Amino acid sequence: MLGDSAIKAINLTKRYGPILAVDHINFEVKYGEVFGFLGPNGAGKTTTIKMLTTVTRPTEGTALVGGYDVVKQPAKVREVIGVVPQDFTSDEDLTGWENLMMIAGLYGIPKREAKERAAELLDLVELSHAADRKVETYSGGMRRRLEIAMGLINRPRILFLDEPTLGLDAQTRAAIWSYVFKLKEQLGTTIFVTTHYLEEADQYCDRIAIIDHGRILAIGTPRDLKKTVGGDVVMLQVAGNPEAAVKVLQSIDGLSDVRIVEGFIRFKVNDGSKAAPLIFDVLSKAGIRVTSIAIKEPSMDEVFMEYTGHSLRDEWGSREEVMAMRRIVRTARR
Amino acid sequence: MASNPLHGLWTLTNRELKKWYKAPVVLIVTLIQPIVWLAFFGKSMNMASIFTNGSINIPGLNIPKQIIDQIAQAYLKSTFGTTDYFSFLAASMVAQITFFTAMNSGMSIVWDRRLGVLDKLLTTPVPRGSIIMGKVLNSVLRSLAQATIVLIIATLLGMKFNTSLTPLGFALSIVGVYAALTLLALGFSALYLTLALRSTNWQSQMAIINLLNMPLMFASNSFYPIKMMPWWLRPVAYINPLTYVNDITRGLLLGISAFSIPMDFFYLALFAMIFSTMGIVLSWRFLSEG
Ligand SMILES: Nc1ncnc2c1ncn2[C@@H]1O[C@H](COP(=O)(O)OP(=O)(O)OP(=O)(O)O)[C@@H](O)[C@H]1O
Ligand SMILES: [Mg+2]
Repeated sequence: MLGDSAIKAINLTKRYGPILAVDHINFEVKYGEVFGFLGPNGAGKTTTIKMLTTVTRPTEGTALVGGYDVVKQPAKVREVIGVVPQDFTSDEDLTGWENLMMIAGLYGIPKREAKERAAELLDLVELSHAADRKVETYSGGMRRRLEIAMGLINRPRILFLDEPTLGLDAQTRAAIWSYVFKLKEQLGTTIFVTTHYLEEADQYCDRIAIIDHGRILAIGTPRDLKKTVGGDVVMLQVAGNPEAAVKVLQSIDGLSDVRIVEGFIRFKVNDGSKAAPLIFDVLSKAGIRVTSIAIKEPSMDEVFMEYTGHSLRDEWGSREEVMAMRRIVRTARR
Repeated sequence: MASNPLHGLWTLTNRELKKWYKAPVVLIVTLIQPIVWLAFFGKSMNMASIFTNGSINIPGLNIPKQIIDQIAQAYLKSTFGTTDYFSFLAASMVAQITFFTAMNSGMSIVWDRRLGVLDKLLTTPVPRGSIIMGKVLNSVLRSLAQATIVLIIATLLGMKFNTSLTPLGFALSIVGVYAALTLLALGFSALYLTLALRSTNWQSQMAIINLLNMPLMFASNSFYPIKMMPWWLRPVAYINPLTYVNDITRGLLLGISAFSIPMDFFYLALFAMIFSTMGIVLSWRFLSEG
């Protein structure tokens, strides 16, 4: 039975003690869509995926996945979804091949067909050469690719990917996305993906939801979201006190939303390159020296900043470190 | 894709078995313990030799060695039901190794949770009960294989079976012992897995294991008959399923049983059924987080 939408979250909420990890969110994902969830550390992305994939029960609200209620019909949901969780889930003591065959067994896929699919998928994620090696000998990128193959073995109608490209090199990231795209085009798979790579969200997602502190702040196509920013974004640095510069800039016509963001003066203007000379003029007349200027067409980063009030970019370095640490800690625990 | 629930169960059991037969070190290490017990307790502390090697020598009374031997034999016979303490102990080792194997199955679910494997299993349509029962089944099969090896080693070291058994009787007795071990493994691994359902902490799991392990081992008829125990220990020994497995093993293989074997089986079946059911029921509730 197909509902109208592949995923429909209704007041979906998860509370961990005092923490409201996901706070009454509502959204719909259409069949065949690539839907991106964009948000910083701790925003509630993984928690949302865990509820949608029946790993965790919502504290309040519910969601329909493939037309089935995640709270009342979890078994039905599990049969139509594929999941690639954020953390590694393959069994390190088994080979890549054995892992795939095990997951196939859990879906009740007949052995012959499972073998065909496993071989096909390993080929696709370029792991055929390592099929008979124990997973503990895989690199991080290889493991991530195996996880993706494991998430696809049941040919899911709806695929959940939690940061599928985290920590991978640019080449592998592109390869994974091109595969995700193929799934969508050829099999009509609906894809729900979380990412913190703004360009990926921009380039590959049909629609994006921006989530922060458990709340959805905006939903729309990348294009529409960028339009809401309006005009170009200019970032300035000045010698001396930026507050004075802000006062001056606020008095100029055509400039809007002047504020200080992480040490930069940031404002929006219709045509940045035309406005720049005028701005220099006005500021120098007021005795303020500009030390740097950057004019940007609105990118997803600007969109993100617009809605959340902070940049996602700054977190990149630390995020990857956190992930690397997590992996090390896990390994060390053994 | 209506998947057959038993299909998933076998897949999960097979996964665990693979880890085991592909890592012979684990097998060897788990076998060392009962063999050490056999060597230390069974051979060094051999009761018969304690009495008969001439250490009992009361000055002034010149008791002939022959008589001391006879007293010792009678004493051993009345306490252990046999003069052969080594065989008495060896028979209990098969239950012991089953018990240890079952105990460790609780650890494996803690690891599955920590290493993320459980998160994946929970998103597949495999019934929650199968996740637990796969581990239980694995522990049963492992236990039987290991018990077989222990029995062979014990025989090589000098374990003597009931001489009045015909070959067919012997085969049936072995089947009976395996049945008892199966029930024991079912009950104990389900128990330990249930205790570990929510745990992410292997230290606390280890603590639980260690807390239960020694008392259960010594408060049973594994090393000495219950009638030799202080009164306060006896109730524990009578509840302890190990006692009943040992009684079956000794009854069938050595011909010395303190209780009635059908009653032993009844008790073990009850034990296995209660804890397996509990494991399956609770896994539906508690395997997923929150
Ligand atoms: N099992 C848990 N127990 C307690 N708190 C939790 C648990 N899981 C998540 N949280 C909290 O819920 C919030 C949301 O976490 P979540 O993992 O969903 O974030 P995320 O958006 O996936 O972050 P990241 O980008 O780091 O993966 C965080 O504050 C986190 O500390
Ligand atoms: Mg996450």
